[in-house]
Amino acid sequence: MRTVSAAETAPTTHPWAVHAEGLRVRAGRHLAVDGLDLALGAGVHGLLGPNGAGKTTLIRALATVVRPAGGRLRLLGEPVDGRADLRRVRRGLGYLPQQFGFYPRFTVREFVEYMAWLKEMPKSMVPGAVQRAIDRVGLTSKANARMKTLSGGMLRRAGIAQAVVNDPEVLLLDEPTVGLDPEQRLDFRELLRDVGLDSCVLVSTHLVEDVVAACSDVVMINEGRLVYQGTPDDLIAQGGTGDAGDSPAERGYSALLRRHRSEAGR
Amino acid sequence: MTTHPTLAVLTCYAEGGSGLDDATVWSVEVHLEGCPQCRAGLAGATADGTRALLERVATGLAGGIAAGPAPARRRRLWSAVHRRWLVWALLPWLTMTGAVLGCAVLLQSLQPGLPSLVLLLAPVAPLPGVAVAWSRRADPAWELIAGTPAAGLTMLLRRTASVLALVVPVLVLAGARSGVSLALVLLPCLAFTAATIALGAMVGVRRAAAGVGALWAAAVVLPSVVTEKLPVFLEPGSAPAWSVAIVALAAFAVSRADGYRRLSSHN
Repeated sequence: MRTVSAAETAPTTHPWAVHAEGLRVRAGRHLAVDGLDLALGAGVHGLLGPNGAGKTTLIRALATVVRPAGGRLRLLGEPVDGRADLRRVRRGLGYLPQQFGFYPRFTVREFVEYMAWLKEMPKSMVPGAVQRAIDRVGLTSKANARMKTLSGGMLRRAGIAQAVVNDPEVLLLDEPTVGLDPEQRLDFRELLRDVGLDSCVLVSTHLVEDVVAACSDVVMINEGRLVYQGTPDDLIAQGGTGDAGDSPAERGYSALLRRHRSEAGR
Repeated sequence: MTTHPTLAVLTCYAEGGSGLDDATVWSVEVHLEGCPQCRAGLAGATADGTRALLERVATGLAGGIAAGPAPARRRRLWSAVHRRWLVWALLPWLTMTGAVLGCAVLLQSLQPGLPSLVLLLAPVAPLPGVAVAWSRRADPAWELIAGTPAAGLTMLLRRTASVLALVVPVLVLAGARSGVSLALVLLPCLAFTAATIALGAMVGVRRAAAGVGALWAAAVVLPSVVTEKLPVFLEPGSAPAWSVAIVALAAFAVSRADGYRRLSSHN
């Protein structure tokens, strides 16, 4: 439970939380995202795609960590390409990168507090928000342990805690379930559903069952372009018995990928 | 609301407010928020069942507070410094800077004919620290920090200030031991730091620090040691020129501050 400010309950004037038109982003010299059109509103969106499809680069561009090379990108109604002032947009973002670096000597609480301070949260709100974030990810018993003593799954959960500490309107998670055991994955799906009620969550993952269970919307990209966007049930409907996969969702995924590759090859 | 509710209204409110209409209940609530007298009257008018419930809630809360986690300890200043990653990452570089300056003072006393080595080395003394303060190799949480609102020139300046806070006392000590003018020791040091920050927005702070240091060593330090003469810029009258240079470079750095907002391939 937390207090909600008047600014949060005010109606929004932007149609989409994340709106990309013809987005192009470079990773090094390679154009990893090449002409992507994406519109995401509130809810949990799963980002699927083969390795090298540009998922991490897309999430980095949405987190305003790298500048797009071309196209238009609007986050929470504000343009973030070019020379815009990013501070206001970044206060409403939460980001967990794939290679999550941390300071080993910090305790979990200190780390989440430091990130809350970096996100320019009001000082009076920080201790309560930090405790709430730590409780939500289930690290209450380890809140005062040094980060170098944590296991991989606990580190990942600490990363998720720092991403949700400021109750962001756009939450970007790159492979958040790496290292989590099945019970922790179930708790994480609960957390996703809770956060996705009124913010836009984009989860990039390789686990198709996580996407089907927790996501209200599936976005598939391949080679930097949008292949498919729709509900998980529609994804399942795309696959038939002839496609590769052990579950209906995997069959739908491989069917869409095969179709896209044959169309691109033509 | 300046008029106090009557005792009958308060008693009715304490019993659940079923005999009162909504508007009266709301106005009584708003009045009670600001009037301690009526609150005392309400406390006197509560029914026994309500009182028992309140006592149960109080004992339950006290038990929960006693059994729950302890309040977070207040951090003292020394432990805040002890935990900062920057201090631990900088320690080797600062030890090296201190050792080099110590050797310069020693050489000065052994070979008085040489130009003041402390004056020659002071400008590049903070550069290794500045390079470490803004480098993705030294800072493990680089990608996380790059996406926060606080990332940018202000953060770099804060980190540079902590580097300077550690380097400047060493420089002052070395300068005092070798008897050179403190302004000539500190002003070029600040000017070079400003130049590294200004260039760093364009090519990356590590490259800027390495480039500026190498250029100074090759173009000024070596020739002065070989010819045994101080260069023109470190003559005693050049302090105003260095001050002007500091202001100009700082203004240039602020104008290019946009380069520090994103994770680029240079930094």
